[in-house]
Amino acid sequence: MTLTILAVDDSRTMRDMLRIALCDAGFDVSLAEDGEHGLEVLSGMAPNVIITDINMPKLDGFGFIEGVRRSDDHRATPILVLTTESGADLKQRARAAGATGWIVKPFDKDKLVDAIRRVAA
Amino acid sequence: MSDNEKIDHDNEVELVAFRVEKQEFCVNIMSVREIRGWTTESVLPLAPEFVRGVINLRGSVVPIVDLATRLGLETPEPTARHVIIITQVGEQVVGLLVDAVSDILTTLNDKIQPTPDVASAMAKEFVRGVLPLEDRMINLIELNTVLPDDFLQEAAA
Amino acid sequence: MDPMLELRQTFFQECEELLVELESGLMAMDDGSAVEDTVHAVFRAVHSIKGGAGAFALDDLVKFAHIFETTLDEVRTERMEATPDVMSVMLRSTDVLSDLVRAAREGESVDQERSQVLIDELAALSGVSTEPQEPSEDEVNFAPVLLDFDLGDDDDDDNAEADSTDAVNAETDNAEDAEAKKSFIINFRPKPELYANANEASLLLRDLARFGDVDATCDVSQVPDLDGLDPEGAYLAWTINVTTTEDKEALSDVFDFVDGDCDLEIVSGSEDAVIAADDGENAEPNAEANTEAEAETAAGASEENDTEDNAEEDVIPAAEAEEPAIALVEEESEAPSQKSEPTEAVEAAAPAPAAGQKSAEAATGGAKTAGAAPATVRVDLGRVDRLINLVGELVINQAMLAQCAIDAGMARESGVESGLEELKHLTRDIQESVMAIRAQPVRTLFQRMSRIVREAASATGKSVRLVTDGEMTEVDKTVVERLADPLTHMIRNAVDHGLESTEKREATGKSAQGEVHLSAAHRSGRVVIEVTDDGAGINRDRVKQIAIDKQLISEDAVLSDSEIDNLIFLPGFSTVEQVSNLSGRGVGMDVVKRAIQALGGKITISSKPGKGSVFSISLPLTLAILDGMVVEIAGQTLVVPLTAIIETLKPDASDIHTIGSDAQVISIRGDFIPLVDIGSTMKYRKVTADPTKGVVLSVETDAGERCALMVDAIHDQRQVVIKSLEENYGTVPGVAAATILGDGRIALILDVDGIIANTSEAPSYQETPLAAVG
Repeated sequence: MTLTILAVDDSRTMRDMLRIALCDAGFDVSLAEDGEHGLEVLSGMAPNVIITDINMPKLDGFGFIEGVRRSDDHRATPILVLTTESGADLKQRARAAGATGWIVKPFDKDKLVDAIRRVAA
Repeated sequence: MSDNEKIDHDNEVELVAFRVEKQEFCVNIMSVREIRGWTTESVLPLAPEFVRGVINLRGSVVPIVDLATRLGLETPEPTARHVIIITQVGEQVVGLLVDAVSDILTTLNDKIQPTPDVASAMAKEFVRGVLPLEDRMINLIELNTVLPDDFLQEAAA
Repeated sequence: MDPMLELRQTFFQECEELLVELESGLMAMDDGSAVEDTVHAVFRAVHSIKGGAGAFALDDLVKFAHIFETTLDEVRTERMEATPDVMSVMLRSTDVLSDLVRAAREGESVDQERSQVLIDELAALSGVSTEPQEPSEDEVNFAPVLLDFDLGDDDDDDNAEADSTDAVNAETDNAEDAEAKKSFIINFRPKPELYANANEASLLLRDLARFGDVDATCDVSQVPDLDGLDPEGAYLAWTINVTTTEDKEALSDVFDFVDGDCDLEIVSGSEDAVIAADDGENAEPNAEANTEAEAETAAGASEENDTEDNAEEDVIPAAEAEEPAIALVEEESEAPSQKSEPTEAVEAAAPAPAAGQKSAEAATGGAKTAGAAPATVRVDLGRVDRLINLVGELVINQAMLAQCAIDAGMARESGVESGLEELKHLTRDIQESVMAIRAQPVRTLFQRMSRIVREAASATGKSVRLVTDGEMTEVDKTVVERLADPLTHMIRNAVDHGLESTEKREATGKSAQGEVHLSAAHRSGRVVIEVTDDGAGINRDRVKQIAIDKQLISEDAVLSDSEIDNLIFLPGFSTVEQVSNLSGRGVGMDVVKRAIQALGGKITISSKPGKGSVFSISLPLTLAILDGMVVEIAGQTLVVPLTAIIETLKPDASDIHTIGSDAQVISIRGDFIPLVDIGSTMKYRKVTADPTKGVVLSVETDAGERCALMVDAIHDQRQVVIKSLEENYGTVPGVAAATILGDGRIALILDVDGIIANTSEAPSYQETPLAAVG
């Protein structure tokens, strides 16, 4: 079965990068530009895994994760956080917000796919 | 056998032959964009003598070079029977005013002989080589010198 | 294209945008116009650049962005105040960052020294070491999250299944090299948070199975009776025997995501355990030992369950409260004036302020964005230009069609005329809409200027403030791009020559800080950009003297103030005796003027001694169309730009006066204006035409010079599409460009300034051959 991934990042470069890496790995990819947009996109789809950046305008990654976890349809969807920091603080905050796991930027494709496979049911 | 054919194919060249004042010339078909009938040009002020003016080619402004003048031949006023060969050299599109297109020739590159050592400055400057064809001689035009990058520098020179 | 190359391009494009955002944000913070989100946007910009740079291994960029980001974070989190000094470092850092981006894009080397200076300054501000810190990996326990769970979860069903089988037998990896294998015992007890975050015990076991042989035993002892069963609870625990070639580190990595969300213990078994682990009987005691160990924490576990119960109670009102909160939002938007009722609703919603606020924020946030940022499409510029060309063709074709209809005498018949009129309007509308695609605000251009001001100010030791106005004014993209160089020069000039030194300003009672004002506005179909300084103004005596010294004007020339001011646009004029390293880069105002003219624009100056100068650039909105007068000269149809024409007149013989052998002037309301026969200056005819038989166009050059152009007849006044003559030919003196008329023929567009410049040279040009012949 092809896994469907929703990737949320405000950086066009990062979105392109995720799209290329994920499509290459054989996933179906949907993209969103910020947390708010992410929730919007999410209302019309049921991804197997969600990947999100933290620092984003309008609604940041924490807010987005909270939003996802609040929704009945997606609260059990694994969410991976993209972060440049590997700090314990950030991980803790991400987890407190409801993230399933994280990917430290810059990521390589294998690590990314590995993390997705790890959390995808 | 097949190798020879292949080499021949690479060697092959298609030429558009045309007449200007009883002499025959040709250009590589690869630099010809289209051939069209003569239309009145709009005169370009302060242009070299061989530039007749500009015409509208589907929205582009294309200068017309009177090849007869350029080659130092006699130049009667063009009539509806005259033809404009639209050529492209590099990025530049330029029309050549000629008497008539006579032929489209397929020949081999190595059949083209170097320009004979004659005194004519015209031959030295504008003829890249000559192609014998039966009892005719066709001059291969060197478009790069006929159509200078900067007409105005040419005019000043 | 190679995806990586494309990605790189995207990255640098994005960097450009982010840098603009960064700079404008910082400037807003600097001048106090920042809003709440500004500092975050600024931080994000640097953060995104760093993120992308990391992916392309642009180490210099990453290093600088990192320290920059760290310092910005101090400001963002309000640990550091954004004082003017701090902002100055930030702005200069932006310049360096922008240089680093460019260097990375072009593969050039960077000025390490300059960036190091700022790295040190930034580090000094934020008080961190300049080496990127490795954050410690300490894990801290965190409080459980309250989430409004109200549905049963499939997870539990899965667990129940696992339950019934008592063990999850993951696929086993029967690697041959058993001697290198070690065994580990993993005690794993998930907490509810693990499931709440969408992690799955079964997936972790699956992950573990990749390492080798896995034998997992499920401990169901904590599962309560059905009544006491919380569907969101976590009651199962596993004891997992793993036989693997990997080390303990690798195993704990598997649990990285759930670290803290579970009780986890990884114990190295003995080497012999390789055999033991395969043996069911030997595995049993392990499990028992584990259960015993767990018994100690049993109290803790039940406490946990209590917490969960409490949590659930807390959650219910929150979930209930959400409804009135949403209703409130709706009411507000429907009837914002009703104040008393909503207040009640707020109170009612008070038990769950968090949930209510969140949804309200989300709702208003959504509405805001819908208004502020309309959806956009990125289009390749080539496509837009193709479209513009085609529309240009359409305009020409429409004109040709109209001409044909007139020629055929059918214009007034059977609605053809009104149909053609309709077509004309539509075509014009399409053209305008298409042109609007290319329009772009001058904002980016203006922002680049702030850097120029900073650099010029620091090079001259002056204190300068740049104030911008009308940044959202839209102009054709090409105009914006080609304006950068002349504008840069003008801004440098304003700082370098326009403004006085700080001492001089203070001595004349001015504020120590000089001001350069840059503004843009639409004015009667054109864009006017003004550079104003509050400096000393043009020193007219000096300017005039220099012009005389450089033989640009005669010594006895009588010039108005405005004429003197405009002398600075003359080629070969430079007011600075000593070439400064700023403005005097071999570029004078004449180059600026030519650049502006090349864009179809005009530049003028007005100056007040002691008060400063205003340079005003007037530009067409687009480079593609021009309002022109269609005229005939010596059988040729030509177009004169309408902007140059002051008036048209049919002269009487008495208005024409001859000076010398052939120079003519025309008297217009008492002023004597040189008369130029375009036909002969452009060599369309050999003899000068009789002015009384034609029409005279009174024109003004960009420099304000007046002149009368003789034409044979005026045909029409219309918009024409500008076509390049240079593409296939070259530039012709006196000709600005070409266009295509209704009959499909080409008409040249005259360059009035060029013609007049030609004419003033003409007499000597014509005399020379005579002298030579003689």
